Amino acid sequence: MIIKQLSVFLENKTGRLTELTGILADNDINISAFSIADTADYGILRMIVGRPELAAEVLKKNGFTVKITDVVGMIIPHRPGGLHKALQIISDNNVAIDYMYAFASGDCKATVVIRAESLDKIIDVLQGHKMELLKKGDVYQV
Amino acid sequence: MIWNEHYECMEREKLLKLQGIRLKEMVKRVYDTVPYYRKKLQDKGIEPDDIKGMDDLKTLPFTTKQDLRDNYPFGLFAVPQPDIVRFHASSGTTGKPTVVGYTHNDIQMWSEVVARSLTMAGVTKADIIQVAYGYGLFTGGLGLHYGAEKVGASVVPISGGNTKKQLQLIEDFGSTVLACTPSYAAFIGESLVEEKIDPNKIKLKAGVFGAEPWTQEMRMQIEQVLGIKAYDIYGLTEIIGPGVSMECQFQHGMHIFEDHFIPEIINPDTCEVLPYGELGELVFTPATKEAMPLIRYRTRDLTRIHAEKCECGRTLVRMEKCVGRSDDMLIIRGVNVFPSQVESVLLEMSETKPHYLIVVDRENNLDIMEIQVEIEEEFFSDEVKELEGLRQRIKANIASTLGISTSIRLVEPGTIERSMGKAKRVIDKRNLH
Repeated sequence: MIIKQLSVFLENKTGRLTELTGILADNDINISAFSIADTADYGILRMIVGRPELAAEVLKKNGFTVKITDVVGMIIPHRPGGLHKALQIISDNNVAIDYMYAFASGDCKATVVIRAESLDKIIDVLQGHKMELLKKGDVYQV
Repeated sequence: MIWNEHYECMEREKLLKLQGIRLKEMVKRVYDTVPYYRKKLQDKGIEPDDIKGMDDLKTLPFTTKQDLRDNYPFGLFAVPQPDIVRFHASSGTTGKPTVVGYTHNDIQMWSEVVARSLTMAGVTKADIIQVAYGYGLFTGGLGLHYGAEKVGASVVPISGGNTKKQLQLIEDFGSTVLACTPSYAAFIGESLVEEKIDPNKIKLKAGVFGAEPWTQEMRMQIEQVLGIKAYDIYGLTEIIGPGVSMECQFQHGMHIFEDHFIPEIINPDTCEVLPYGELGELVFTPATKEAMPLIRYRTRDLTRIHAEKCECGRTLVRMEKCVGRSDDMLIIRGVNVFPSQVESVLLEMSETKPHYLIVVDRENNLDIMEIQVEIEEEFFSDEVKELEGLRQRIKANIASTLGISTSIRLVEPGTIERSMGKAKRVIDKRNLH
């Protein structure tokens, strides 16, 4: 149930992100989800990609600071109240979330990527409430 | 091992007498041959016969870097140009370079003091010494080269840069001694790890590092990664180049070769001579130099001198590592800041390495200091709170060491320029001159 997220340290410099997406494109790596946490001086790029190990390797080779982080992908209905219901379950069970980002595609589902202190606990809780989780194999299709 | 026991272990009283004789002779010589000095001495009402010994040193006028600039290029030479066999020059960070000349005897004397220095680091004719100081106008390369040849060691005159080749020759030739700037030694160490060269396969045992300030922490890091003992060598182009002073195996400061370079410590503001043990500006009178003898040259280096006899048997005084140069000293909102202080903070923290750049600017009449620090791959966290925590810790540690608040910018690893020579640590954008 744990999926691999790519985290990259990026200085706020013009063109730096474009450099990164270029490298991924050249290596035929698809980006499924993407978010940036930004501060005044730098950003932390988080993304779900196909073949994360390869992606990490080629980025490192090109001088990027990369880390692979474990996250959980939660699939929720794409309709009013869908996210609320899921978060209610998580907060009722006192699971602390470090960060999350979400994306909805055209169909009736949305995916939320969650990084939490205890991933095992969040998986237990969500599965206990019959919430659908993203499996490793699903990643490419996200 | 002591290269020249007669001079290095001379009784202090005898040494003082020798210095007095050499000083007297030199003052007469510059009075006769250097118009600039004759005028300077006359202005102070000093005639050569007034100088009878070391007691009279304090009456003589000082020489500064500005005097050298004013007399660019050859105005302070005490011999005619045909007697000069070599020139060197120090990089002019501001304006014109400082030019120095050497006679044949000066080169001999320089080789002698470098030979003494190398012997302190345990170098013998059996060693292979890789000289990775720059060769050229800079004194580092050729200075070490001639001294090493005098010792009889096998010299690899590779000069600075081309790190891959440095590593290759360290491996293939089995170099036992490395001579370069400490920042380049650290870079070679880093590259060794990167290239996955087994440290047990290299034969390096000692390093002779100088030409820029470095810290005790940096020494330990270099020693560990290269598996060597690192020695500090001191010198400056104006006096001779490397080999003005050098650490012996006990490393209680650097022995000054006082029979050639007469040291003093002065209060930089009042110019009053300070007793041994007190912190002040280092001043040298290179009394035996033929081509360009200088009277009481102010080095701008701040340090202390200790005169107690060293365990190694040498009677030569020892100078501490300089705490900074008054010209790389930054004054930030009235506080004196040395880049070496920032370096030691970063070295003390386990999450950072000393790859940093200080950028000083002035906004609304207020000095601001930014320190760019490379984040270390292994400590990269993808959570903002962790990185911000690291930034705050660096900021707090710097503040407690420097006594001023700075802004810390985390930058990507490998983006701060690595030096092949003197490291560039400071960009001062203030227009204060």
